[in-house]
Amino acid sequence: MASPSGAATDPAERRELLSAGDVARTVARMAHQVIEKTALDAANRASVVLLGIPSRGAPLAARLAEKIAEFSGVKVPVGALDVTLYRDDLRRKPARPLEHTQLPECGVDDRLVVLVDDVLFSGRTVRAALDALRDHGRPSAVQLAVLVDRGHRELPIRADYVGKNVPTARSEDIAVHLSEVDGDDGVYLSQGGQR
Amino acid sequence: MKHLLSAADLDLDTATAVLDTAAELKATLLGREVRKLPTLRGRTVITMFYENSTRTRVSFEIAGKWMSADVINVSASGSSVNKGESLRDTALTLSAAGADCVIVRHPASGAAHRLAGWLGHTGTGVVNAGDGMHEHPTQALLDAATLRERLGDLRGRRIGIVGDILHSRVARSNVHLLATLGAEVVLIAPPTLVPAGVEAWKVPVSYNLDAELPGLDAVMLLRVQAERMHGGFFPSAREYSIAYGLNENRMKLLPEHAIVLHPGPMLRGMEISSAVADSERPAIVDQVSNGVHVRMAVLYHLLIGTEGNAL
Repeated sequence: MASPSGAATDPAERRELLSAGDVARTVARMAHQVIEKTALDAANRASVVLLGIPSRGAPLAARLAEKIAEFSGVKVPVGALDVTLYRDDLRRKPARPLEHTQLPECGVDDRLVVLVDDVLFSGRTVRAALDALRDHGRPSAVQLAVLVDRGHRELPIRADYVGKNVPTARSEDIAVHLSEVDGDDGVYLSQGGQR
Repeated sequence: MKHLLSAADLDLDTATAVLDTAAELKATLLGREVRKLPTLRGRTVITMFYENSTRTRVSFEIAGKWMSADVINVSASGSSVNKGESLRDTALTLSAAGADCVIVRHPASGAAHRLAGWLGHTGTGVVNAGDGMHEHPTQALLDAATLRERLGDLRGRRIGIVGDILHSRVARSNVHLLATLGAEVVLIAPPTLVPAGVEAWKVPVSYNLDAELPGLDAVMLLRVQAERMHGGFFPSAREYSIAYGLNENRMKLLPEHAIVLHPGPMLRGMEISSAVADSERPAIVDQVSNGVHVRMAVLYHLLIGTEGNAL
């Protein structure tokens, strides 16, 4: 689940968990892990598709694909999958704007889909993404890649690729900044309360 | 947003939010295996149609069903309305039966407003699907969605609304919404089909279609509503068609990029010639498919979220 942008937070109150350089190195490491785990460089490789969950999962998926192409020479199709219409808290929160869904032309049927998001928290966003994915087709398998795993799962869901594990208190906020969305790169921890 | 009664109730932010939602819904439904979203599971939507309709009723029904709402259609014939039940009692019955939202079309102007007043305490939302000669806000929204798709931002675009303005709820809703979205509207009609008090709309009125066509980014044709005409508004259908019908020669006066809209049902040979209707230019088929996405967006903004939330 994407945390609210840290743009409004006072920089003095927030602690940097990952610098811009750390974010780049973390994404590169995750790209290597995806290549290894899906045997992307093997002759009989699985046909992998990366699907980012907006807003910040989508640019993250694009960066991951870029690194994967750089390291393995394989161009992996990338897309974005908005899960707003599949959330389980629709009755509790006001209607929110939908984000853009764009599936790669190859679709997801019989593909190994890697869902990409910035923060893994309760797991409810991923649950919604799995439901959304089912309406788009039948992947051969689904994996999950997240930049930050902050714990506090409310559903039996785990990530296959984790950039950084961050033990947090429930009240704290994790803000992932990506230059495509926020103008800068970095991951910050702050005392919550504005939620 | 609890009710959608008039396009005039939509401010720029709300209208833009609904149109953006509709565009995203269209994108997300494109090419998918299962055209069904779980978003409105467990919600009940009832359509009450006291007037004939094909596209509006069907598109509301599809919109509700694609979002997994339970949609029930009530038409005046075939319900207790035929036994003499009043609109108020029918609406209260449907609300008590569990409707989260009623979609109403009625020949009397203002019917949707009265209904919203009667149902105010029940939590049932009301969507105006056309009330007499007053308003048809979802039609204006789907027209705006189609215009945005073809023309981009509507600020500064000039849209001509042509024909039977007097009897047209589509024209009224479009004048409000297009003004909110920043477009310039010009009404083009014979003097007998311009409503009294049109000055209050603050839009120019022209009696000469040929003079206006070259300056338009879009032309919106209206159906000549014979069923509401009691009296002579123009000498003959042929004469109307000669002065205000869009034919192939008039199409040449329109700029290349300009698009043609018609809310349907079309009267070929009256306000539009068959050759124009069947050509590539009109966006009439797009209007119908956008109608489904816009109505999904309206139901989404109306039924999602906590009780009584503001959009």
